[in-house]
Amino acid sequence: MTTLTEWLRDPSPSSRAQARLGQAWLGWLRFRRNPMAMLGATIVVVLLLMAAFAPLIAPYDPIAQNLTERLKAPLTDGYLMGTDEFGRDIFSRVVWGSRVTLYIVALVAVTAPVFGLLIGTVAGYAGGWVDQILMRITDIFLAFPKLILALALVAVLGPGIENAVLAIALTSWPPYARVARAETLTVRNSDYIAAVQLQGSGPVRIVLGHVMPMCLSSVIIRVTLDMAGVILTAAGLGFLGLGAQPPMAEWGMMISSGRKFLFEQWWVATMPGLAIFIVSLGFNLLGDGLRDVLDPRSAGK
Amino acid sequence: MLGASPTVLAAATPADTLVLADGIDDIVSLDPAEAFEFSGIDLLNNTYDSLVELDPLKPGELIPGLAESWSVSDDGLTFTFKMKSGITFASGNPVRAEDAAWSLQRVVKLNKTPAFILTQFGLTPENVDEMVKAEGDTLTIKIDKPFAPSMFYNCMTAVVASVVDKETAMANEVNGDFGYEWLKTNTAGTGAYVLRSYKPQDSYVLEARPGYWRGDAKLKRVFMRHVPEGSAQRLLLEKGDIDVARGLTPTDAQGLRGNADVTIDSDMEGYIYYIAANQKKDPLNNPKVLEAIRYLVDYQGMVDTVLKDQMIVQQGFLPRGYLGAITDTPYHLDVAKAKALLAEAGFPNGFETTLSVRNDPLRMEMAQAIQNTLGQGGIKVTLKPGAGAEVLGDYRARNHDLTLQSWGPDYPDPHTNASTFAWNPDNSDAAKRTGVLAWRTAWDAGPLTKMVDDAVQERDTEKRRAMYEEMQKIHRDTSAFVTMFQQIGVTARRNNVGNLYTGGTTDQVTYWYVTK
Amino acid sequence: MRGAWHVLMAVTDTSPRAPSRLARRLKTAIGLVLALAATFLGLLLVTFIIGRVVPIDPVLAVIGERATQEQYDAAYRALGLDKPMWEQFWIYVVNAVQGDLGRSLLTRQPVAQDIARVFPATLELATIATIFGVLAGIPAGVLAATRPGSWVDQLVRFVGLMGYSMPVFWLGLMGLLLFYGMLDWVGGPGRLDASYEMMFEFDVPRVTGMILIDTALSGKWDIFRNALSHIVLPAAVLGYYSMAYISRMTRSFMMNELSQEYVTTARVKGMPEWRVIWVHALKNVMVPLITVIALSYANLLEGSVLTETVFAWPGLGLYITNALFSADMPAVLGGTVVVGLVFVALNMFSDVLYRLVDPRAK
Repeated sequence: MTTLTEWLRDPSPSSRAQARLGQAWLGWLRFRRNPMAMLGATIVVVLLLMAAFAPLIAPYDPIAQNLTERLKAPLTDGYLMGTDEFGRDIFSRVVWGSRVTLYIVALVAVTAPVFGLLIGTVAGYAGGWVDQILMRITDIFLAFPKLILALALVAVLGPGIENAVLAIALTSWPPYARVARAETLTVRNSDYIAAVQLQGSGPVRIVLGHVMPMCLSSVIIRVTLDMAGVILTAAGLGFLGLGAQPPMAEWGMMISSGRKFLFEQWWVATMPGLAIFIVSLGFNLLGDGLRDVLDPRSAGK
Repeated sequence: MLGASPTVLAAATPADTLVLADGIDDIVSLDPAEAFEFSGIDLLNNTYDSLVELDPLKPGELIPGLAESWSVSDDGLTFTFKMKSGITFASGNPVRAEDAAWSLQRVVKLNKTPAFILTQFGLTPENVDEMVKAEGDTLTIKIDKPFAPSMFYNCMTAVVASVVDKETAMANEVNGDFGYEWLKTNTAGTGAYVLRSYKPQDSYVLEARPGYWRGDAKLKRVFMRHVPEGSAQRLLLEKGDIDVARGLTPTDAQGLRGNADVTIDSDMEGYIYYIAANQKKDPLNNPKVLEAIRYLVDYQGMVDTVLKDQMIVQQGFLPRGYLGAITDTPYHLDVAKAKALLAEAGFPNGFETTLSVRNDPLRMEMAQAIQNTLGQGGIKVTLKPGAGAEVLGDYRARNHDLTLQSWGPDYPDPHTNASTFAWNPDNSDAAKRTGVLAWRTAWDAGPLTKMVDDAVQERDTEKRRAMYEEMQKIHRDTSAFVTMFQQIGVTARRNNVGNLYTGGTTDQVTYWYVTK
Repeated sequence: MRGAWHVLMAVTDTSPRAPSRLARRLKTAIGLVLALAATFLGLLLVTFIIGRVVPIDPVLAVIGERATQEQYDAAYRALGLDKPMWEQFWIYVVNAVQGDLGRSLLTRQPVAQDIARVFPATLELATIATIFGVLAGIPAGVLAATRPGSWVDQLVRFVGLMGYSMPVFWLGLMGLLLFYGMLDWVGGPGRLDASYEMMFEFDVPRVTGMILIDTALSGKWDIFRNALSHIVLPAAVLGYYSMAYISRMTRSFMMNELSQEYVTTARVKGMPEWRVIWVHALKNVMVPLITVIALSYANLLEGSVLTETVFAWPGLGLYITNALFSADMPAVLGGTVVVGLVFVALNMFSDVLYRLVDPRAK
């Protein structure tokens, strides 16, 4: 163990891999010192475990209705968080709902940033009218309030979880494009890009092989920070009835169905909201911590 | 009481104003020739009168409106109405037979959606000036077939037959539209109230007019506020911020029962909730499958829980309160029987299908409960929720599989539902009878079509009743519809509000008798 | 291929030939106008496309359940849907430029007129919310910046992060449950109690459409108080989000500012610390802060969609959502275009302000 740490902390690494792992190790040490970031990481890990072992954790079927057991208060008859209007155990639905949330987050995380990165690096590297046009399109998308555009898109595509993901992805790529373009502009005129150009690499190769990797770390930070926003937007769509569809256990939709019972059976709307809150907070804390670690500029401050 | 007041005063509503909360976003137009949704005709019932009316105090009884007397010729083809004298519109103009004739003529000529209530009697834009005529204080209406006179009179009580102030409307005419554009947001009638302000999806205010012919309204103003959520209505009512709540959910009604300041009235409404199965889709056109579906709805279970105090089980297509309505409910949840029926039909393991539904909370709850019990029988249902127009568009285009729908009668006569649930003379796509439910779900009504045609011309009321009873039983057991529920209107009012008649299944709400 | 890239880069890389100041400003102004026009056209195109591919039949919203095929066809022609697509778009653009956004299928009123009616409610809510956000966010950010790493800093950061983590509709519901349902401290959904709404309707001359301003102008303080009790909760809920954003940005601007030399100089000269922070440093971060506030204001317009739904607030957000559920596409798109325009305008405003005032920004 000590030898491994020593190897990681070697000030003169003998290989690229060692240097990178060493950097990561130092980052981890810095990250570990930040209690809030650790809290965030813990929440995210718990979410992952909950989603993975949902069938084992949830005491009841999240979908099967039992109309005689409807609207039971929390902690009665073995219902930890009470039951909803169809007599379904809210705790079980919250647990299964973590899968839906992770599914949405994962899908958005692999689509929007990739698209944004592509647009941003191409615009930044090419410059000129290409840049003008691409950035104008980006601006048009930025000009729409995200949620409203997502609403309009879902209206077109029809409600459903995949369409909600698509709508969120289509509305969340522009900031990535902006970030990537800004990074590209700083990289574009650097010496090593000039060197690569002199070696005769084509623009496609330069963008893909040399510019994009430079933008990755800032995009990754943004992705983590955006995850909470994605969860909230998805929940908002679910709340309006445009996201996941019944009987699927989706947290936003659960809040919306509990709205009718707010003043009498408060738990129906409260519990899934707490779940959203805790998970979003986890992602936010994690993202904040990661930024401190990965982004030397802000960490220095 | 003196000194600092809390942030929120227990706000009492003004003594001369009736303040109501309901969802009123269904209003599309306030022109009697076009209004056909619930909230709109409620409003119009208090701002217009028609020649003959229903008595809000004695449901089902025909009473004089603006006509003093009426009669029908022996051949049943000519109706004559004699106008009362001395009645004025809110504008002060006297009410003439000419106004009544013009009002009916404009409905037919404008040909908006509710026009069929009049055009089914053979009135067309071309012949209406001949068929509907005013002479002095007498109005004569000719029709093309000897319909049951009660059917004709019932149609004449509908809001679409309201008498409009011709002079006022024509003064606001644009491009020969008979004042349509103006009347969409203004009123020009004889009713107890006039529309003072209307903010779509927000509120409307009615103001009592002096000199209403039935005697002035008791309350000076009626303020209707758009509050779609039952829970919000309930709080407003509890806090005394409104006098009447008309859109409570079962939960809210339950919660209010203990409140000593509030009285809850339940009243049957005309809405029928049903499932339609598209007969162009396999295996939904299999009679055994349809029968299985009838046994896979937990009618009583839903009425006891998610629909508590909101619906009753009704398995005939006529709402209770209508001539010929049947009240027995032979179908109930029986999973074993349904499974056997599905096996007989060749689907021992069930099948997959979709159920389209409008995405309002009540319907979504119903759909989920139905999805659940159909699933128990092996029919795996995917819900397809959508905006009202979206679901309706699918239905009209005959693209649905199963669809959860509701139907409210257009005029207080059994023919209104019979002619849509059980009448379909041409089931081909080309017929495009998109207004007829049987056509929409591609169900050939067979012999029922003729029964409907006969019943509407039967002049003996008892015979007519028996005909509707019979056709409903056939319809219930063999049609592509699963009629399930009839809606109950829950109206909660502060105790000081009296004499509020909500109109039940056949009529609209009446504000002018209300006291506070 | 490579050559083309280099040419392109050369074009963009304009060497400073020192054009006159006026010419440069003119160029910027024209550029801005062109950018605005392009964005506007883009907005219209996107909304138009969305409106046309939507699988909901706009005709059905007009004619309702009972209509026959002939009535359907008549309504179809009346809506101009029988014309070719490009012509429909052209008509749409020409009308939109003239302020005509079509007619709502639901309210049967011109969309522009509807929006003029509902917009003040949203504006009022967003403004009060921003005031809350500024009043709470700036001091919190400054406090955090002066004691980085302290518990105050951690607290501000955590409270801010909570704001980024709570669904606005849920926070609103919880607020209603607690402060309206249980404690009865605030007014409920809607802008006024029903009885006050009538009084406002009939007794208060309409000047701005914003209840707080109109009642204050006419001295109807009882209505004013009632309106205040209704707006306080939704504005606080929305304001929390703007507070989270503003405090975070204030902190980072202030940290930057406090490391500047003049601050050290002022401290060395013996200027009281509160004066250094709250007067000198804060004055210098005001410019970027105003841009941040403008942006958060724009974001509130978006947050209003869900908040207005929860609080039955009859503003633009509720208008758009209601329209959406009734497939009233002219209203949805008109609302979206207006929100988009306000969004662009506020962004541009903050941009221009930044350029004008901050000499460092190019």
